[in-house]
Amino acid sequence: MPAVTLIEAVTMALAYELEHDSNVVLLGEDIGVNGGVFRATAGLQQRFGKDRVIDTPLAESMIAGLSVGMSTQGMKPVAEIQFLGFIFSALDQLFTQAARMRNRTRGRLSCPMVVRAPYGGGIHAPEHHSESTEALYAHIPGLKVVIPSNPSRAYGLLLAAIRDPDPVIFLEPKRVYRLVKHEVEDNGEAYPLETCFVDREGTDITLISWGAMMHETLQAADELAKEGISAEVIDVATVAPLDVQTLVESVAKTGRALIVQEAPKSGAIGSEIAAELSEKAIMHLLAPIGRVSGYDTVMPYYKLEKKYMPSVQRIVSKAKELMEYV
Amino acid sequence: MTQPITEDTVLKTVAKFEVKYLQYLDEDGKPLGKKLPSFAKDTELLRKLYTDMARVRAFDAKAYALQRTGKLGTYPASLGQEAIGVGYGSVMRKEDVLVPYYRSTAGLMQHGVTMAEILTYWGGDERGSDFKYAREDLPIAVPIATQCLNAAGVATAFKLRGQARVAVTEIGEGGTSKGDFYEAINVAGVWRLPVLFVVNNNQWAISVPSEIQTAAETYAQKAIAAGIHCLQVDGNDILAVREAAEQALERARRGEGATLLECISYRLCDHTTADDASRYRTEEEVKQGWRREPMRRLRKYLESLNAWSDADEETMNKTIAEEVEAAVQEYLSMPAPKATDMLDYLYAELPEKLREQRDELARGE
Repeated sequence: MPAVTLIEAVTMALAYELEHDSNVVLLGEDIGVNGGVFRATAGLQQRFGKDRVIDTPLAESMIAGLSVGMSTQGMKPVAEIQFLGFIFSALDQLFTQAARMRNRTRGRLSCPMVVRAPYGGGIHAPEHHSESTEALYAHIPGLKVVIPSNPSRAYGLLLAAIRDPDPVIFLEPKRVYRLVKHEVEDNGEAYPLETCFVDREGTDITLISWGAMMHETLQAADELAKEGISAEVIDVATVAPLDVQTLVESVAKTGRALIVQEAPKSGAIGSEIAAELSEKAIMHLLAPIGRVSGYDTVMPYYKLEKKYMPSVQRIVSKAKELMEYV
Repeated sequence: MTQPITEDTVLKTVAKFEVKYLQYLDEDGKPLGKKLPSFAKDTELLRKLYTDMARVRAFDAKAYALQRTGKLGTYPASLGQEAIGVGYGSVMRKEDVLVPYYRSTAGLMQHGVTMAEILTYWGGDERGSDFKYAREDLPIAVPIATQCLNAAGVATAFKLRGQARVAVTEIGEGGTSKGDFYEAINVAGVWRLPVLFVVNNNQWAISVPSEIQTAAETYAQKAIAAGIHCLQVDGNDILAVREAAEQALERARRGEGATLLECISYRLCDHTTADDASRYRTEEEVKQGWRREPMRRLRKYLESLNAWSDADEETMNKTIAEEVEAAVQEYLSMPAPKATDMLDYLYAELPEKLREQRDELARGE
């Protein structure tokens, strides 16, 4: 089994599906010869040809709208939006067409399409390159929103996203693209969507996160362990629709919940998780549900981005605060 | 003081363009030139085209009446523009795909969508978009211009699969101001996609007239920037619309790419049942519009061929009235949709998270 980075795992999954399903096509800007600005599609056009890995004109709404039309014909377009901050001109197509096609036609047509985009901060990128806007897409019924946190999950979840019969927004934490390596077997095995992964078992507090923040969260769990606090760590992975049951079961066991997210605090996935837990697990709670989050502001340029993003220290300190409730 | 940059200094012409206009019949149904399209002698076909326009007109009138009596939601009629949808729709093949917008009633009916389905849709019931015959046609697009990109996507699938099929889409002239329209014609040009864009230029985008919409002399010329074929036609002359659309479809099937057809017409009705066009345009203008409407024109031409009579008109009207009435009865007698449908068709499989909400709906709370 090769040890691969998250971006290499993405390439592996794309290649696997291109190889095994002739309906799959990739489209986007710079994805051909250039292999994508982060090289997610490196070598794929050479291997599968220009009709399978398609360089498009520079127009995000077009990339989404074309994918809608193609997918109603039973093709499975996997579109790349170069950076999530450029997706806004494509939202019309994603929200008004892709998300609703199955419902509007009572199942006659659907949009089995995937939109991939690198997201999140921490790589010193220019404006509009660092936001975590996952809650926007999660709010739209009919879409699924999937965020892998590590290489093996990127491989398994991307395969699942491409095979899913409904439109999936697949957000890749670009800070993690080359951060870690995992051994990933290229066996075409998909991971389930709508399933949270329990990455570490614990008994005192449940730490809940997804995407790049899983790395700080796992480190925080290590720190807490040193102080005798046993943290269970959950990777939400599919932020919409949520696997509420796994979260509730964990909190029922630990009695405490701390949500860690890079996105702004208000109206976010963390808010939704907190609301679900307060509806379904409040009788198990020994402390208020905590959130360590980005701030409700514009994602700052890189001189301040470290101040904005949740740090291991912030997570540890909030967890300890929650432990003080008896 | 600046001096104008002129030909005799540094300028040379690198490209020149022109936009052609097609019209066969004048406003009184008299042929303008010697050459008419070959089908202009096929009186059976012409009678069918006339009847199909009459079907749309009668259907629209009924839909209006249903809306006024609270039996239908907001409805956009096609009064005066029937030649456009009947024209392009009559040359589409079954395997072609229509990507309609809200005023594509005529095109939808031509391509096999039933009157009852159209009423069901505008009656606020999603089952209206589950077309029984036109299984691959996209549902009606209400957002502006999004359908152009969806049509380009359908055409991309045809092209990648090597199928001799065409995607046809329709848009109002106001919609051509949107980015999605430009993005669609641009990619259709770059990839030589088998797609026909029909611009229904009915002069008004709700209350906004053409001169506020564009500074271009024609809407057709927008295709020139995209490198696709274009033609402006008299959209009230069904011979012109049908012939131009047929040639565009043949060109697309031969792999020669996309066409933008600007059909100049006039909206004789309000934008929708929720609009009052008397707020923004004069009676005189509408009266002029009636002079150019498509049905009168084709009827006069048919009469000149001795192919239509008052008796034909009477028989036709009776048949159509029965057909419309049957559709209305089918629509009105449909059982209400199940409340749980709103969740059951959202995803292929109901997500666990939505199960509770579905149960709540099932209990009728």
